[in-house]
Amino acid sequence: MGANGKITALNPVGFAPKVMRKPLAPRLDTLEGKTIYLVDCRFDDSDIFLKQMQAWFAERMPGVRTVFKPISSVYLNDDPATWQEIKARGHAAILGVGH
Amino acid sequence: MTVEATYGVPTVAMHTDKFVTVVHQVAEHNGMTGLRQVFVPQPIMGKTAAQLRAYVDGADPVTGRPVMQEVLDGLTRPFDASELGPLEFDRSTPRLLPSDTEDNLHRLFLESEWTDKLPIVIPTEERVEAMLKATRRTPDEVVGRMRPTHFREYWEYTVEKVAVNAVMAGARPEYFPVILALAATGVSARGSSSSSVAAMAMINGPVRQEIGINSGTGALGPYSHANATIGRAYGLLSQNLQGGSTVGLTYMGSMGNSYAYNSLTFGENEERSPWEPFHVQHGFRPSDSTVSAFSGCRSTAFTLGLREKHWREHVANMFRGMDPHGPPTLLLDPITAWQFIDRGGFTKKDALIDWLYETARMPAGEYWDYQLVQNYIYPRATFGEEPWASKLKAAPDEMIPMFRREDIHVVVVGGETNGYWRIMGCNYQNTVSVDEWR
Repeated sequence: MGANGKITALNPVGFAPKVMRKPLAPRLDTLEGKTIYLVDCRFDDSDIFLKQMQAWFAERMPGVRTVFKPISSVYLNDDPATWQEIKARGHAAILGVGH
Repeated sequence: MTVEATYGVPTVAMHTDKFVTVVHQVAEHNGMTGLRQVFVPQPIMGKTAAQLRAYVDGADPVTGRPVMQEVLDGLTRPFDASELGPLEFDRSTPRLLPSDTEDNLHRLFLESEWTDKLPIVIPTEERVEAMLKATRRTPDEVVGRMRPTHFREYWEYTVEKVAVNAVMAGARPEYFPVILALAATGVSARGSSSSSVAAMAMINGPVRQEIGINSGTGALGPYSHANATIGRAYGLLSQNLQGGSTVGLTYMGSMGNSYAYNSLTFGENEERSPWEPFHVQHGFRPSDSTVSAFSGCRSTAFTLGLREKHWREHVANMFRGMDPHGPPTLLLDPITAWQFIDRGGFTKKDALIDWLYETARMPAGEYWDYQLVQNYIYPRATFGEEPWASKLKAAPDEMIPMFRREDIHVVVVGGETNGYWRIMGCNYQNTVSVDEWR
């Protein structure tokens, strides 16, 4: 303890990695005539939710093609095969549902 | 985030509103501040199709705007520069805190979410230096990396950072190699899962006697300074070295878990066990000192002894009361360990585990309908991963194993005041040498 009654302590916090900005994909001009993947992360009842969203598109925006696509395995695993498919055959993706 | 950043596909991520703060911060810390995210009410689980259609037709509870308008905007509205966040930012913090009075420092630690809400020992330079003398490792040596959940980035930590947290927990310097070994497991004792997980830490080998680890009566309770403060240090170092454990941000456990106060830290009662010690099972010598980390501790089943007539059924009933997503680790008082030999002839631990594997069964239809099985195991089964893929072929009324054999563990702890024993639902992660950190 110093003469002024104050003490010096060490910071208990670990070392955070530096954050670098990543690119975000350009947005679409329109969804009309485009294919949107509805990607089910297979957690809780996300499949039921996304199928309701698919029904909304069919009713309200029939010019949009939707593909309901469950991820290959559990959401903890990367799924490059699915991401490649979306990149090759789709124009946009809606992923859900994070709880 | 991967689809958007790596594959260049415009994406909207849907979440429930309880996670708004978490997901915005995760996006920011992954360098994607502008990621388009839309919210619906919590929960999704258990809602009917009609109820979920109402979510789709309704308003985003965060913005108040129609959910589908937010989705359409998210895919079509160009980004403006203000949404994207800085090109890079650094979150490093100084090694020393500003000098202050003891009272003010206690307030700072509490208000900064650096404690478990109990009083701590202020980590002064002198106290940290004394802790560091208990290892030959240098203060700036990197011990490991940790994160509160799969979606978060790893944070790194050094010997000195672990020492700071060990001091805060009230640990004595002679405990420090054990605490360093726990930090080196990389297994967080402050997982952020909404399921309210805790960790369990078991110590084996001569270090138990050297520093007074309790493996007998009261081993899992507040009756040993070493058990209490090593376990507390494990929790504090986890939350502070992984980037936090703050409710609503880096901790989402719905109910919380009082096991997390000292992470169920105990020594195995090797001296009274009829079987080889746990660390020897995992490739270490009996003379080695180790820590073993278990994660996901939530469920606990317990009973007294093994009755002659129906002991098999009683064990099966205990398993059936557990969620099949959380595999069992048996914590046996030595009395019960010996009873398993008397009743079942399990002179080898492997034979007991074989029997436990065969005994823990339930109808396939019930198994696959568990929510956690649906969330975490069913997707792997449909992906073709064994043994789950084969389990999927079972008829609904076929009795199938609840757990993989390799996920079942048995340890011996307790002081033989009676033959009580427990099954802890948890995941064994790894075993690390304490001697390497002396």
